[in-house]
Amino acid sequence: MTDKPVSVKRARGKVHILDDRCKGCAFCVEFCPVKALALSLEFNKKGYHPPQAVKPDACTNCNLCFMYCPEFAIWSTKIGDKE
Amino acid sequence: MTTTQAHPIEYLLRMDRMPHIWCPGCGIGVTVNCFARALQDSKADLDKTVIVSGIGCTGRVAGYLKLDSFHTTHGRAIPFATGLKLANPELNVVVYSGDGDLTAIGGNHFIHAARRNIDMLVICVNNFTYGMTGGQLTPTTPYSAVASTAPYGSFEKTFSLPFLADSCGAVYVARWTTFHVRQLARCMAEAFTKRGFRFIEIISPCPTLYQRRNKLGDGLSFMKYLKESSECKDGADTRAVALDFQGKIIVGKFVDRDQPTWLDDMNRRYREKLGDKYEEYKGIK
Ligand code: SF4
Ligand code: SF4
Repeated sequence: MTDKPVSVKRARGKVHILDDRCKGCAFCVEFCPVKALALSLEFNKKGYHPPQAVKPDACTNCNLCFMYCPEFAIWSTKIGDKE
Repeated sequence: MTTTQAHPIEYLLRMDRMPHIWCPGCGIGVTVNCFARALQDSKADLDKTVIVSGIGCTGRVAGYLKLDSFHTTHGRAIPFATGLKLANPELNVVVYSGDGDLTAIGGNHFIHAARRNIDMLVICVNNFTYGMTGGQLTPTTPYSAVASTAPYGSFEKTFSLPFLADSCGAVYVARWTTFHVRQLARCMAEAFTKRGFRFIEIISPCPTLYQRRNKLGDGLSFMKYLKESSECKDGADTRAVALDFQGKIIVGKFVDRDQPTWLDDMNRRYREKLGDKYEEYKGIK
């Protein structure tokens, strides 16, 4: 045992969204475990409200949003990955 | 937010065919993500993986995946897949279709492929209706649910697909829902590695045709129902997993056993009868 403070490492992710693929089902918004997403007020070119990352720093790169998206419009990458 | 990166499963999709035809809030696309993830995680040999669909909304899956894909006639995915497998036993054959296609029109094929233990994985997206053809009753439409051909609510008894598959001899039987994305992807990856007739049922929303008539809200409402009403019971007796209208859904892996496949049995039988004269069948050369 030491007195040193322990830093808890948490995976961090960056969310990628292809706005114009979205059809507004909101599965990603509902099932993001850290509630990082919300539907935007903007319309995409199909007339739907795509999600946006309202708490981008909260993303843990779990990629559940990718798994749930029926339109192949959202996913995350580990922070540190090349753009 | 825009991005310059490519979507992680895009290389497995025929992007020239996008956007797909599925309605907003439909669950079929979710199952495709799970399938793609399972292909990635199991490091499946994509050159040897073939996918066969029948007709229907789920029947479109074969056409959207960048594998050797076959879009067959209504109900005939399984006999087509049987032919593929017997002609070229090296292939990993996956049948991906809906409840109407696989268990009504194709019900007979389903029963006999399971009985014969033909080596294939059958994935059935069960949304309780014929989507593409207009919301008719299928063998899985729950009692009392309204369909375009059951305006006063269905009064028919239903098929419980895991029980059907189990009793016909399937060696692997599981049920998940489109809410259970991680479990489903794991289950598919596991099923890829097994031999024999394997069956996965996926309960999935159809907001446009099933839910609208039954006043069940949108795709998200159904996803919340799937989340709240599912209970995981691995190894559950398949006689006890029947579904009721908006009732509890037992999910999990119900059956996992090893049995010789139809080809194993054929080779063994001919060897027994013909002795060394018989050269083991390994596909059409
Ligand atoms: S990767 Fe996970 S934590 Fe990040 S936005 Fe998607 S669902 Fe939320
Ligand atoms: S009709 Fe139903 S099953 Fe077909 S794409 Fe629309 S929501 Fe999906």
